[in-house]
Amino acid sequence: MSMQPRANIPDTAPRRLSDTLLSWEFILVLLLIGVFVLGTSLSPYFLDMWTLSDATFNFSEKAIIALPMALLILVREIDLSVAAIISVASLAMGLCVGLGFGPWALAGVGIVVGLACGLFNGLLVTRIGLPSIVVTIGTMSLFRGIAQVVLGDQAVTTYPKGFSGWGQGYALKMPPIPLSFALFLGLAVVFAFVLHKTSLGRKLYAIGNNPTAARFSGIPVDRIKLGLFAVTGLLSGLAAVFLTSRIGSTRPNIALGWELEIITMVILGGVAIAGGAGSIPGVVLAAFILGLTTLALSLVNVPGIVISVLMGLLLIVSIAAPIVIRRMSGLKPS
Amino acid sequence: MKKLLQNREAALAIIIALMVAGIGSYAPAFVSLQNITFLLDDVSILLMMALAQMMVILTRGIDLSVASNIALSGMISASLAQFYPELPVITYIVLAVAVGTLLGLINALLITRVGIPPIVVTLGTLAIFRGLIVVYDSGNQVNASEMGDVFQRFPKIPLLGVTTTFWIMVVIAACIWVFLNMTRTGRGIYAVGGNPVAARYCGIDMKQQETLVYTISGAIAGLCGYLWVARYGVAYSEIASGFELTVIAACVIGGVSIAGGVGTVPGALMGGLFLGIIVNALPVMQVTPFWQMAISGLVILAAVIINARSERRVGKLILPEARRAGVSL
Repeated sequence: MSMQPRANIPDTAPRRLSDTLLSWEFILVLLLIGVFVLGTSLSPYFLDMWTLSDATFNFSEKAIIALPMALLILVREIDLSVAAIISVASLAMGLCVGLGFGPWALAGVGIVVGLACGLFNGLLVTRIGLPSIVVTIGTMSLFRGIAQVVLGDQAVTTYPKGFSGWGQGYALKMPPIPLSFALFLGLAVVFAFVLHKTSLGRKLYAIGNNPTAARFSGIPVDRIKLGLFAVTGLLSGLAAVFLTSRIGSTRPNIALGWELEIITMVILGGVAIAGGAGSIPGVVLAAFILGLTTLALSLVNVPGIVISVLMGLLLIVSIAAPIVIRRMSGLKPS
Repeated sequence: MKKLLQNREAALAIIIALMVAGIGSYAPAFVSLQNITFLLDDVSILLMMALAQMMVILTRGIDLSVASNIALSGMISASLAQFYPELPVITYIVLAVAVGTLLGLINALLITRVGIPPIVVTLGTLAIFRGLIVVYDSGNQVNASEMGDVFQRFPKIPLLGVTTTFWIMVVIAACIWVFLNMTRTGRGIYAVGGNPVAARYCGIDMKQQETLVYTISGAIAGLCGYLWVARYGVAYSEIASGFELTVIAACVIGGVSIAGGVGTVPGALMGGLFLGIIVNALPVMQVTPFWQMAISGLVILAAVIINARSERRVGKLILPEARRAGVSL
């Protein structure tokens, strides 16, 4: 005799239309459409395959780091040292140029140094139990400081010819897809799969919502966090390879201030700064919005610092608007 | 002696004294009266900013926009001096403080009324405030020759051997100490940071406390904006760039807990002094200034590791067996 369930209880609450319309990704899609409309009306050159492809050079490296940063913020940690990791990884590559390293060996050095820096952050946070915001303010100073001590006011510009192929190269000739952009898209698919389709991804949400409960339910919280810091370092090293190769030089102030731009990308992407909520599609959309807004405004010669005002406004308004709308329409805050 | 070392402020004071003695024995010029008065003047802005930041961090918040606030209020004050160089100096100061207060209030309202997390709000206003300088002044800079003497002289006036900048810092530090230790609202700030839920049940208005600390932080940043521009004799969009992290570093070294509720006025002052001494000692020790950043990074890490060791609480362990086994959560 089979048991008939007395009531049909769904796993999740039914989604109302207002939920979908107020979902973060939906707002971001609207924003992205808005950016395309704005860009097309501002400049006739905006909707051009080559212009758009060129624009991806400027945000792909940041977007690559935004992916692991999103996971870190999701588990209530943060890494402010990513830009400094780029400077120290770039420094290591610069030093190895003098030793006659080939392009592949240089890239390997950059990635390994990035990984080492990330592990250093992760060990300080998980083994000693320090707050990551303070640790990474410290290592941000330390890593960039090392680059300054070694380089002083000098720059390394003697990169071998084959090395510039990565940063300026294309994965596809037609349509023109730059290598760094293709890599970002590939990584985004991997990150989205891990976060949204695997048990590891569910564990990340569990840690972000309640680290103590996650630990008591057998999730190796510290090991996972250490892994995330390591991946963040590794991908910062990878971004350093592409950036160094693209601009063909290593200077101590390379990628200065990127950490804030990357975090802006993640927050605009809908990752809650308090942890436990967020999605990879959101972060990818935010990367496109920020990158293409910059393109649209620079096509009409808006100075960079004015663009940064608009980015700041975009960040605050886009976070504030849903809160205000929900409050005014009497919906429950999410 | 052991008890003295466990007191963080006392330990930090001893370390600073040893450091000054060490540097002084290597380079006697460092402990000359002239250099010490220069040092006290030089660190004053950092100390004021560290105190303001400490109040924000006490409520579990953070204010990343302070350096941009310095730059914007300094710029606006300097451009008043550019067009009206003969006004009494207090006008320029009041204008800078008013602009700073307004910027702080904007942060406060976004945080308390709209409900956006402090780090998000101040990350946004960090970019906005600094960018507004260029919008306001289309990328020009105000030079020393354009500001006039009245504007620039005030922070450097010597008083009892030290500059007015230093005495302003002393007055502000004293006010903040009295406020945090002697007033109901001040104690409330510690309560809000220590345990927001308990504070709320005690009838403490969290939003009022938060509004207050961000506004004060803005006001002090505005004042420092005037002092900074008048002291260095130039106002442009890049001044004090990245200074917010130095300020937070001073707090961390001074034992202010980023988790809120822990931190004292003497601690924050000594944290700032520590960084100031390092920066000023490097040229005396004939070390290139390129070392400055790496050393302050190491100091921040050392300070936070030491703080974590002294703060480790066993009371948080839930399982008694785990406590006996020495497992730390």
